[in-house]
Amino acid sequence: MTNEIILHLGNVNSYYGRGKARKQVLKNISLTLHKGEVLGVVGESGSGKSTLAKCAIGLVTDIEGERKLNVENSQMVFQDSYGSLNPAKTVGWILEEPLRVRGLRDKKELRRRAVEMLQTVGLEEEHYDRKPSQLSGGQRQRVSIAASLIQGSKLIILDEPVSALDVTLQAQILQLLVDLKERLDLSYIFISHDLAVVYQICDRVMVMYHGEVVEQGDVDAVYDNPQHEYTKKLLEASLSLG
Amino acid sequence: MKKRNWYLRLGVVITFAVAAFTLVGMFYTPYDATQMSSADKYAPPSLSHLFGCDQMGRDIFSRTLEGIGTTVTIALATLAIGFLAGLVIGALCGYYGGLIDEIVMRICDAVTAFPSTLLAIVVIAVIGSGKYNVIAALGILFIPSFARLVRSEFIKYRDRDFVNMAKLTGVPPLRIIFVHILPNTWPVLLSGLTIGFNNAVLAEASMSYLGIGVTPPDASLGRMLSEAQGYLFTAPWYTVFPGLVVILLILGVGMIGEGIRERIGEKV
Repeated sequence: MTNEIILHLGNVNSYYGRGKARKQVLKNISLTLHKGEVLGVVGESGSGKSTLAKCAIGLVTDIEGERKLNVENSQMVFQDSYGSLNPAKTVGWILEEPLRVRGLRDKKELRRRAVEMLQTVGLEEEHYDRKPSQLSGGQRQRVSIAASLIQGSKLIILDEPVSALDVTLQAQILQLLVDLKERLDLSYIFISHDLAVVYQICDRVMVMYHGEVVEQGDVDAVYDNPQHEYTKKLLEASLSLG
Repeated sequence: MKKRNWYLRLGVVITFAVAAFTLVGMFYTPYDATQMSSADKYAPPSLSHLFGCDQMGRDIFSRTLEGIGTTVTIALATLAIGFLAGLVIGALCGYYGGLIDEIVMRICDAVTAFPSTLLAIVVIAVIGSGKYNVIAALGILFIPSFARLVRSEFIKYRDRDFVNMAKLTGVPPLRIIFVHILPNTWPVLLSGLTIGFNNAVLAEASMSYLGIGVTPPDASLGRMLSEAQGYLFTAPWYTVFPGLVVILLILGVGMIGEGIRERIGEKV
C-alpha cells in the first residue's frame, strides 16, 4: 500500500426523489481510498451502500460535496451477474465492447485480447462464443470481472460480488479477486452485508447505518474492538449465524 | 420435452403461401385486371375464370392477385413509417425519460384515444384520397402505438446493470440505445409488428371499403369487397374469394405473432 490516493469523497450528501418525497440517502460521507487498498463497506440493506458505490464511481451525479477520482478507468461488478451481462450478446462481444468504443477495430486483435482476459479470470477460449444464459453463475461472475478489467480499470467497485453464489464458489471468486488485485495493481471498494467475507478480503472497513458512516478503521481493530452499538450488533448477529 | 410450436409453423406456411401468391400477382395475372368483357358479367367460377367474374366481366382471380399486392404494399409501407418513427421516438423517450418523454406520451395518448380508422378518414378528407395519401395517413397514425411499445421495452432495460457498466465504460448514449438495448427488445417488437401489419391490412381494407382509400379502377382487397357487397346474391364468389384471401393473410401473420409470443413465454 502506498499513499497515492485513488478516490476521495469529502462530506458527500445524496438525495433520492423529488419534492416532498425527497429523501436523504447519504449523510455527510467522507472516504479516502489509497492505491492497492481494499475498503469494505458493510451495513444492512437500505443503509445506502449501493448508492455510495454509484456516487463514488459517477453513476449518480446529483450529489453535494467533493468527489475526486484519480484513475482514468473505473468499473463496477454487480451482485446479479445475469443483469450485468447483456443477454443479447456473446461473451466475446461483451468483452470486446470497451475496446471497440476506444477505437480498436482489428478483429483478430480484439479476439486475442478478449480470450487473454478470459484466461486471466480462469475461463477458456471456448466460452468466447457463449451467451451469458449458457454459463453458470460462477462463470458469469468471472465474465463480469473480466468485462470490468478489460479497459484497464485500476479501481473496481464490487457491489456484493459473491452474495448470489454458494460458499465454494464464493471462496473461488474471492481468491480470484485477491490474485487479480496483486497481479494488476488494483484497488477495490468491496460492498457486502456479509462480515465474514469482508474480514477475508478487506484492509479497512466502513460501517454504514441509515446513510451515515457510524464507524471506520482497520478491519482487525473494528472487528476486535467495535465502538458503535450498531457495529456490535452486526458482529454479534454474524457470529451467532456462523 | 420440447413443445412443438404449431402456431409459428402453420403461420409461416400460410404466410409463405400468401406471399407467393402476392409475388406472382406482381408479375403475372391470367387476364388484365382492368379488362372488361360484357359476355362474362357475373360469370361463376369456372376453369377459364377460377374465381369467376364481377359486374363488369373482369376476372376476379386476376383482380385478387393484383389487389393483394396493393394491400400488402400499403400495409408494409404504413408499417415502415409507423415502426421506424415509433422506434426512434419510443427509444429516446424510454431511455431518457423526463419532461419531454412526459409531453410526447401525452400527445400519443391523445392520438390513440380516437379509433385510428376514424382519424385516418379525417386526414384523408383533408389531404385527399389515393394510395400514397392512405399510406401517409395510416403511417402517421401508427406511430403512437409503436412508440409506446418500444418505450415500455426500453424502460425495462435502461436501469439494468449491463447498461450501467456500458455507461461507466464510456459507450456513447446512442450506441447504448441502438446497439446494447435494442437487440434485447426484438422478440417483443417483432410480435408487435405482426399485430401492426394486420391492423394496417384491416385499416386499408376498411378505408377502401368506405371508398376513400384506393381509387378505381385500381384493385385492392378492400376495394373489391366494397364493390362486391352490391352483388352478394347475384355473384357471391365476388365476396368470398377476396374475403378469404384477407382472412388467410391476417391469420398467417397473426399466428406467427402468436408463435413468437409463445416462444418468449417459454424462455422466461
